[in-house]
Amino acid sequence: MRPFTYERAIDAAGAAKAAAKIPGARFLAGGTNLLDLMKLEIERPGHVIDIGRLPLADIVETADGGLRIGAMATNSAVASDRRVRTKFPVLAQAILSGASGQLRNKATVGGNLLQRTRCAYFYDPAKPCNKRQPGAGCSALAGLNRGHAILGASEACVAVNPSDMAVALSALEAMVEAVAPSGAMRSFAVDQTHRLPGDAPHIETNLETGELVTAIVLPPPPVGRQQYRKVRDRASYAGGLFSLAVAGKNLSLGAVALKPWRATKAEAALAGGASPAEAADAELSQTQGRGRNDFKLVLARRVITAALEEGGAR
Amino acid sequence: MMDTPVRDLTRASFELTVNGEVRRVDVDLRTTLLDLLREHLGLMGTKKGCDHGQCGACTVLVDGVRINSCLSLAVMHEGEAVTTIEGIGLPGHLHPIQTAFLDCDAFQCGYCTPGQICSALGMLAEVRAGEPSQATEDLAAEVIDFTDEEIRERMSGNICRCSAYPQILQAIRDVAGADA
Repeated sequence: MRPFTYERAIDAAGAAKAAAKIPGARFLAGGTNLLDLMKLEIERPGHVIDIGRLPLADIVETADGGLRIGAMATNSAVASDRRVRTKFPVLAQAILSGASGQLRNKATVGGNLLQRTRCAYFYDPAKPCNKRQPGAGCSALAGLNRGHAILGASEACVAVNPSDMAVALSALEAMVEAVAPSGAMRSFAVDQTHRLPGDAPHIETNLETGELVTAIVLPPPPVGRQQYRKVRDRASYAGGLFSLAVAGKNLSLGAVALKPWRATKAEAALAGGASPAEAADAELSQTQGRGRNDFKLVLARRVITAALEEGGAR
Repeated sequence: MMDTPVRDLTRASFELTVNGEVRRVDVDLRTTLLDLLREHLGLMGTKKGCDHGQCGACTVLVDGVRINSCLSLAVMHEGEAVTTIEGIGLPGHLHPIQTAFLDCDAFQCGYCTPGQICSALGMLAEVRAGEPSQATEDLAAEVIDFTDEEIRERMSGNICRCSAYPQILQAIRDVAGADA
């Protein structure tokens, strides 16, 4: 780990301001992703801003019947919250399907949303990776890409976003609140948070330098059922090969792209009277396998179809 | 070019409570909670397995909550109360869960055991608090139905390379039964 200087933030706007002022500064929340990457020297911040004690951990009901979840709420706190469990079960299920008990106790909602890919080549400093070093090349393109993207990828990067939580948030049409270094607050959709790789996979989100996520806001729960389905190699504590969040008429897919993938084509097909299999095909018509992950297309089709049939969609 | 002298800015001096005792420490900021415990405070019970949050050998309780001490900087825990395996029980004064691990043969090499025990205690507190897991059938339930499936799922962050899982399950089940 490289040496760094450290400060403990006392307010969100001040933290954002400090992060914009000091080049290479990083926010430290739970630390479960950042410190892992710092040990590998994939993250090399010269300055660490510890936001762990900011008063941003509350979960409160909004006037319209939704929930505002502070960015520093732990994954465990959110999944255990009675309102989340009863009104937004897809979110509790998604969070509980990720990581381990110890990690969920420390990892925050903001950190979960912004966690970096688990692509093995990104994690291996000995291998070229366009995320770590723009222009170096992507080792996964012709490498061990079984877990990699089938939607929205590019020749520069085929990594996937590892968050289960974000897939549920996408289907729930959650919003992100953030404070800019100027102190200005803004709000944007979870679906607008992450960028597809294109030719600049090292730029991962639409956040400005120094901008700090302060909360996730859930609109009122959708009418209809909610469900999170995750397929993986082990029954527990493993990243997904494919996942699906159902929230009313909304569908989002996980482990297929560098962002949670809102399945708008499948939703539109269903609204137009398509069968579950036809809806799945509508969404998956543009997929591109990379060899070892070709199976994901079949897997995705089957899981989407089964979940929709189970839910009584025609 | 000379490096700017920033040594003082890369260290931290602070207090935290470890196994009931207030300790003042002065460490390089990069020091993880795990390395603080082992290398600076001489508490070698907590083990370093993977050092990346994957194996659970470094599990300790912070303010009663189980975490991976390898993925936390020591400085993040200023003012907090850390409990390690030494604070749970020592020879002659074993905690019931330590006795249960012995009685059930819940280890061979023993390397993962301190983490297993700290994790199990944190996990049992989570169950008592009604926190659900992926294995919880009814997410809305007030009381967790404490099945073997629940224990397995909740302990999945602790790896045992000797694969003493059936005995670990039994030891936890015995202690949980005595609790109830």
